[in-house]
Amino acid sequence: MKYQVQENCLTIFLPEDVDHHNAEEIKREADRLIDREHIRYIIFDFADTGFMDSSGIGVIMGRYKKVYMMGGEVWAVHTSERMRKILTMSGVMKIMQIYEEDK
Amino acid sequence: MERIGDVTNEMELYFDSHSSNEAFARVTVAAFMTQLNPTVEEVSDVKTAVSEAVTNAIIHGYENTLHKVHIRAWIQGKNLFLEVSDKGVGIPDVKKAMEPLFTTKPEMERSGMGFSFMEAFMDELEVESEPGRGTRVKMRKEIGRGRELWTTQSL
Repeated sequence: MKYQVQENCLTIFLPEDVDHHNAEEIKREADRLIDREHIRYIIFDFADTGFMDSSGIGVIMGRYKKVYMMGGEVWAVHTSERMRKILTMSGVMKIMQIYEEDK
Repeated sequence: MERIGDVTNEMELYFDSHSSNEAFARVTVAAFMTQLNPTVEEVSDVKTAVSEAVTNAIIHGYENTLHKVHIRAWIQGKNLFLEVSDKGVGIPDVKKAMEPLFTTKPEMERSGMGFSFMEAFMDELEVESEPGRGTRVKMRKEIGRGRELWTTQSL
């Protein structure tokens, strides 16, 4: 898993495909970092991601549950139209904000 | 029932229930459907639905034990038909399983959105299951709906 930690913020650079197969590794790695680095904010970076199924939604919801007790937040960046469709349909936008860059 | 034409092409796929084969399955079905001249959006829709059905077979049907997952795909008129089957544990209550957010594996952080995604991205979804015998998910999607208006005009 590609990631970056800046103080209490973890950025996860999601792979090209986010499915059940690689969701497992992302969950494991992310949870280890959240505990060790006292992470409160998680940014999911979708720049490389072209495919995501409901396993990816599970990853986001699970990480949200881990940080929201401490007043944390989850964000999404670099989302394509397809990713925004998946995120909207799943209802995960209720707990996650999408950061839109100025064009 | 509306007549949808004869079957013009068909394929079958048997593969081991390794999670790495989820990508193999959806890419193979995506390649098979290219003959219908789908949009990028339609290909993504089908890939998502295949991924959901195959993931269900692997983690729920076979509970991560090694068996075979079966996919049958065929083309009939402008329709892509898909059947994803396993010979796993089966679903005791299909109606309940299809409710959004329902999951039997919350500890695995399954979102409970699998069937909702299949329903949303395909035109038709039917689930047959028998406890102890396995599950078959049948799906249909019409490809290229409303596109002939602006693609059939030759220059």
